[in-house]
Amino acid sequence: MNDLNTRVYLPTRAGSLERPETDSSAQGNLPQTKLLSRATLRSPKPSLKKKLRLSEFLAEQIIRAVAFLSLAVICLLFIFVFGEAIPILTGELSPGVATSGTVEHEGPETYGMPADEMTAGPAEAGKAQSLSLETSGHEGEATWGSLTSRTWQPVSAEPKYGLVPLVSGTLRVTVVAVIIAGPIGILAAIFTAVFAPRWAREILKPFIEILAGFPSVVVGFFALITLATVLQDFTGSTYRLNAFVGGLALSLAVIPIVFTVTEDALGNVPKEFTEASLALGASRWQTAFFVILPAATPGVFAALLLGIGRAFGETMIVLMATGNAATFSGNIFESVRTLTATIGAEMAEVVFGETHYSVLFLIGSLLFLFTFTLNAFAEFYVRGKLLKRFQGVSR
Amino acid sequence: MKKSKVVGVGAVSITGLAAFSIVLIVLVIMLDIIIGGHERLTWEFLTQTPTEGMTEGGIFPAIVGTALLVIIMSIAGVPVGTITAIYLTEYASERSILARVIRFAVKTLAGVPAIVFGLFGLGFFIQFVGGGIDKVLTAGATLKWGQPNLLWASMTMALLTLPVVIVSVEEAIKAVPRELREASYALGATRWQTVRKIIIRGSMTGILTGGILAVSRGAGEVAPILFTGGAYFLPRLPSSLSDQFMELGYHIYIMTTQSVDVEATRPIQYATTLVLLLLTFMLNFSAIYLRHRVRASRLR
Repeated sequence: MNDLNTRVYLPTRAGSLERPETDSSAQGNLPQTKLLSRATLRSPKPSLKKKLRLSEFLAEQIIRAVAFLSLAVICLLFIFVFGEAIPILTGELSPGVATSGTVEHEGPETYGMPADEMTAGPAEAGKAQSLSLETSGHEGEATWGSLTSRTWQPVSAEPKYGLVPLVSGTLRVTVVAVIIAGPIGILAAIFTAVFAPRWAREILKPFIEILAGFPSVVVGFFALITLATVLQDFTGSTYRLNAFVGGLALSLAVIPIVFTVTEDALGNVPKEFTEASLALGASRWQTAFFVILPAATPGVFAALLLGIGRAFGETMIVLMATGNAATFSGNIFESVRTLTATIGAEMAEVVFGETHYSVLFLIGSLLFLFTFTLNAFAEFYVRGKLLKRFQGVSR
Repeated sequence: MKKSKVVGVGAVSITGLAAFSIVLIVLVIMLDIIIGGHERLTWEFLTQTPTEGMTEGGIFPAIVGTALLVIIMSIAGVPVGTITAIYLTEYASERSILARVIRFAVKTLAGVPAIVFGLFGLGFFIQFVGGGIDKVLTAGATLKWGQPNLLWASMTMALLTLPVVIVSVEEAIKAVPRELREASYALGATRWQTVRKIIIRGSMTGILTGGILAVSRGAGEVAPILFTGGAYFLPRLPSSLSDQFMELGYHIYIMTTQSVDVEATRPIQYATTLVLLLLTFMLNFSAIYLRHRVRASRLR
């Protein structure tokens, strides 16, 4: 404990020694800099010391400016990804495909289920049929109504931009991935942090790093070629590439995140917890599962959240392994198309400024918003809770 | 008593099982790709261009494209990441709001999906910056910079890998002994002098590690270049920053999903995957080794 205290307090003391200096430059304590510049102006031959001060000032300003870049990038991300999606929200776009509405077959476009009738309702459907020439022009537009419909069919005579099947696909894949990766990652982290002998830890850690370092396209390739075939032999599902294959492959990308964050949280549980528990006569596994794990719950929760974020945002694995058919159901042995895969597969072929283009940016904005919220939540809420819990204990 | 012991053994072995299933998965994937790809992986494969509609030949252009991508990416990204890390550790005080906001921005950046970076590259670099350059230079007559190319893909990738660099350099800077820093200040050195002579020099390994990790991440990430510059097939190598390029990961994706004859080119796909895997391995292992050294030096 003593050791911990010195380690925590010493830097702060050093920091407070330095602080006046930092503050004078950070908060723009102008007299000093003004004095400096006036002095440099007045003296014909600025001494070495003063030159140094000027370079000092410049260096600090430049460094700060560069450091702001990452902040600027976040802002620009917001502006440009959302900016391209704005036409959708305000409805300013002209229909992407002009009135080629003489095409009258409406049935076979809906992947074998009456999705269109279901959303439009019987009365609407009848009207749509009779007014097919006029409505077709409207369906090219992405209104709120068509965005929430159950058909994703951007490239057809009557483009339909229903996001529901894409969201459903993403959810199915994510759920499968997290259900598989969550327990494996957490249990493996418990093993590494509590039970594992030194040699096992030395083997495990590099393997986790290797798994984390696998390019997602390699995992996607493995899933597409090997995993899908093996699983089809095993489960006998009709679709070779489906949400389950995609989710299973995705779990390989999620495991390292869940493992790393959980192990970190377990490692941060104060030693007193373990010692007290063992001193009371609890065995090692009881300590691990009933003392250490509950103490680290917020961290484990954060690990799962970050894992969900990763699964949600991963593109290449799902693009290669899920079959990419936009379906809407709860069946995980069906081909699905996720939000990310839709952007990845279709963005290269759209015309700039078209409705389809804006809808893809809208999907990107949704992804961005979702992962942003998830990360912010994991960061502030969970970390704050964890910190409070441990600080309350150690004092 | 006995019952709890049985449960205990069960609990421990379940966690052990989970841990070693991870090892098993990694081994299975590696073996699968090595077995599938080792026959095709020859010197000719690495140094020839694809022929016969990409059903024969090698992957030389993809290797060159990947190398160019990560080099330009590092030139843009590593200095920015290093400077940001220096600001966060040396200039900003731990509690200042600015530093916290920047830290949060870096964390957020690390969590943004790769495909969203691709969209950003398309909307910002290609349309806004590139289109703007075209408008200024040629009044919009020709489309040179306002289309997917090597430069914009590299820039997008640099942003994607920025957090990797920042985190790794920060760790290295923190490993520089406080005594060195204090000695430098005590001798009358200014902050900038200390940063230049002590901090940067002392954390060179960390900067290198960050660069390597970023390169490894950049080489493996395909989503951002799907529509910011990656090309299906090019008869010649890119000769300027405004050219499109072939890339290893993108090549794998194309060959497995959109090739003329997917079954016949399977050995090529496996061999390309093996090359990419070996490349990221080498990079990651050197990064792990270097980081190990940094950590060891801090403990001393």
